[in-house]
Amino acid sequence: MTPDRPKIPATFSLLIWFLLWEAVGRAGWSSIVPPVSHVLIAGVEVFSSQKFLAATRITLEAFALGMACAIAVGVPLGVLMGRVESASRILGLWVNVFVSAPISALVPILMAVIGIGQPTVVVTVFLFAVFVIALDTQVGVRGVNPSLLEMAACFGARPHQVYAKVLIWSALPEMLAGLRLGVIRGVKGVVIGQLLVSIIGVGELFELYSRNFLMEEFWALVIAVFLFAFALSEVIARLERRVEYYASTR
Amino acid sequence: MADSDAIVEVRGIRKLYGEVEALRDVSLVFPRGKLTTLLGPSGCGKTTLLKIIAGLLPPSAGEVYVNGRKVTGPGPERAFVFQDFALLPWATVLRNVAFGLELRGLPERERHEAARRYIDEVGLAGFEAAYPHQLSGGMRQRVGLARALAVHADILLMDEPFSAVDEQTRRKFQEDLLSLLSIERKTVIFVTHSIEEAVYLSDQIVLLSRRPGTVSRLVSAGIARDKGPDEIRRDKNYLDAVDDIWHALKRYLV
Repeated sequence: MTPDRPKIPATFSLLIWFLLWEAVGRAGWSSIVPPVSHVLIAGVEVFSSQKFLAATRITLEAFALGMACAIAVGVPLGVLMGRVESASRILGLWVNVFVSAPISALVPILMAVIGIGQPTVVVTVFLFAVFVIALDTQVGVRGVNPSLLEMAACFGARPHQVYAKVLIWSALPEMLAGLRLGVIRGVKGVVIGQLLVSIIGVGELFELYSRNFLMEEFWALVIAVFLFAFALSEVIARLERRVEYYASTR
Repeated sequence: MADSDAIVEVRGIRKLYGEVEALRDVSLVFPRGKLTTLLGPSGCGKTTLLKIIAGLLPPSAGEVYVNGRKVTGPGPERAFVFQDFALLPWATVLRNVAFGLELRGLPERERHEAARRYIDEVGLAGFEAAYPHQLSGGMRQRVGLARALAVHADILLMDEPFSAVDEQTRRKFQEDLLSLLSIERKTVIFVTHSIEEAVYLSDQIVLLSRRPGTVSRLVSAGIARDKGPDEIRRDKNYLDAVDDIWHALKRYLV
């Protein structure tokens, strides 16, 4: 960036898109695209409604529970695959298949097995997030500087000390990257789970608005979900940058 | 050298990496309180030998004895200084230096007290709260040295500790190491590929041949330690020893 050229703020691009959206909406080409100002007004109404708050609560609950399980399973699984060659040979293929597989295709089967309701959504979030967390943790654990492990051995570290004091910290940047991707996938998981199950939470609202052609409310909800996913991943990205800084010399 | 003087002894060490023979029938005695250098062309297995003595690598044949006891793994009487420093990047200088004591379960106050003393001794006072990435290469290796001193090991195993720092820092570090050792009274086994460094620092130099590494010669530099560093570097014995070793090693090149 040359100093004589003013820096364009990122919000500027957002403003242009909103203006474009407003113009297209006002032109009235399609009832699917209402003007953005109407969407924002509808948003205020939607977000303060009892229905939205209830939907948000049940959605966040499913998301948090699913993510917690994904971390509780994904991190140990990744460490195991990173440390034990046979484990990585047995499990690695499956984790790699599932990390790239369209998990949404499994949701109908989950519904048949687990039933229609909150547990299905939790399991969907879990499946969306767990594999990328495991895979990135594995990469992090594999990337540990071997001389750090030799150093720990030299100074008499017991196995649990090697894990708690060296391996986990060394793998932290990759683990956080996995967590960030896991969170993004988890948001997809909760919405897809609820949409396919379609009787609870934000998914129910999406279904309700689109079926009744309440496009203003629909778009307001879309923006809310987007913002949630973006904000969450930004928080983790910020953490990542701090950790990157401390780990920069390895 | 009388056997009672030997703190470390290796007998008939052989090391195979798959098909490749890295070391063949290496037998050596390391006298207590002396600095012995393992010197040889790159790939001669000198670092491998050091790691076998440290207990980090098992030999394919042969034994290592420390204080007359056979070595089966790392032990508290040996401390290692790494070529790439091996510092925890997420920990401060203070915690890095105290890390060996932390692993032994010493309470925080005690281990920090000990660490501060050695941080002082290696000349890093004032940097206790710094992180490794904020330090220069030479300072990082001082942290590695302080960590090795803090665990009160009798034997320091140093694997090309100065190879990753620049020439001037290196000279200063060598001088500081010698004055530190005159206080601390350690036995040092030192790996290097620099002839000058070996002659300058060592009481005894082990010349290793090219792979498979065998002991090709033992050299005592015979330099009076009561002279200053600049005098030593102009000393006739020093210059002769450097010349002599160069001629011995030259045939392993090309």
